[in-house]
Amino acid sequence: MNWLLVVAGAVVGAPLRYLTDRAVQSRHDSVFPWGTFLVNISGCLILGTLTGAAAAGAAGSHLQLLLGTGLCGALTTYSTFSYETLRLTETGARFYAAVNVAASVVAGLGAAFVGVALAQALWA
Amino acid sequence: MTAPESLHAPARAPRRSVRQGQAPVLAVVALGGALGATARYALALHWPAPPGQFPWATFWTNVVGCAVIGVFMVVITEVRPAHRLVRPFFGTGVLGGFTTFSTYAVDIQRLVDHGHPATGLAYLAATLLAALTAVWLASTAARRVLKRRQP
Repeated sequence: MNWLLVVAGAVVGAPLRYLTDRAVQSRHDSVFPWGTFLVNISGCLILGTLTGAAAAGAAGSHLQLLLGTGLCGALTTYSTFSYETLRLTETGARFYAAVNVAASVVAGLGAAFVGVALAQALWA
Repeated sequence: MTAPESLHAPARAPRRSVRQGQAPVLAVVALGGALGATARYALALHWPAPPGQFPWATFWTNVVGCAVIGVFMVVITEVRPAHRLVRPFFGTGVLGGFTTFSTYAVDIQRLVDHGHPATGLAYLAATLLAALTAVWLASTAARRVLKRRQP
């Protein structure tokens, strides 16, 4: 049952990341990897909210496996984030590479903290 | 690989044919994502991080995923062109589903919130440093080893 919940979440999360990336990249000419940035930050916000909700007793372990381990885990990615950063440095866009690393970490952490605070305000 | 649709590609409705071509891509991304996420869940179950401790399972998941994508991308873009579904299946699906940015961020939040800011900061920096070094070293090594063998 637990495995099925993780699979069910991932089956939605991974294609959602792919579609978001395609949609974002087709609207921007920038070398900055906005698609991956957007899915990673959104995933941090959702997982932060879910974690806060779980701490307040508003989300059970099944929901955490489905939305947290499955959906958010597959929606967000560290491999594409680091590969895109490497590509930016290899193509001479070192400034964008540094901005991608700093902005992803700062915004990702910020989104996680905001999500937890939001859940506490809603359910605690 | 054969691409019969390109031989018959008519001038009509190019947008629709592009969308139709998306269905197999989405299917392999979903399948790969499920496999990657399952592997990540298995690692987390066998290597649970007690509260306040360094999250080793997620750390190694992300670092290994970054090393593998470094090799994989060199292979399919510089050494041997692959079928059009290979990158969506393995790169976007399996590796994207295996590695996670959200758990990384929320684990740091949890460590800080529960009174372990030093561990949180160490985890933040160690993952970043190890992941970026892994993708760089892996792709550099793959390029040297695999491209030297080419005629």
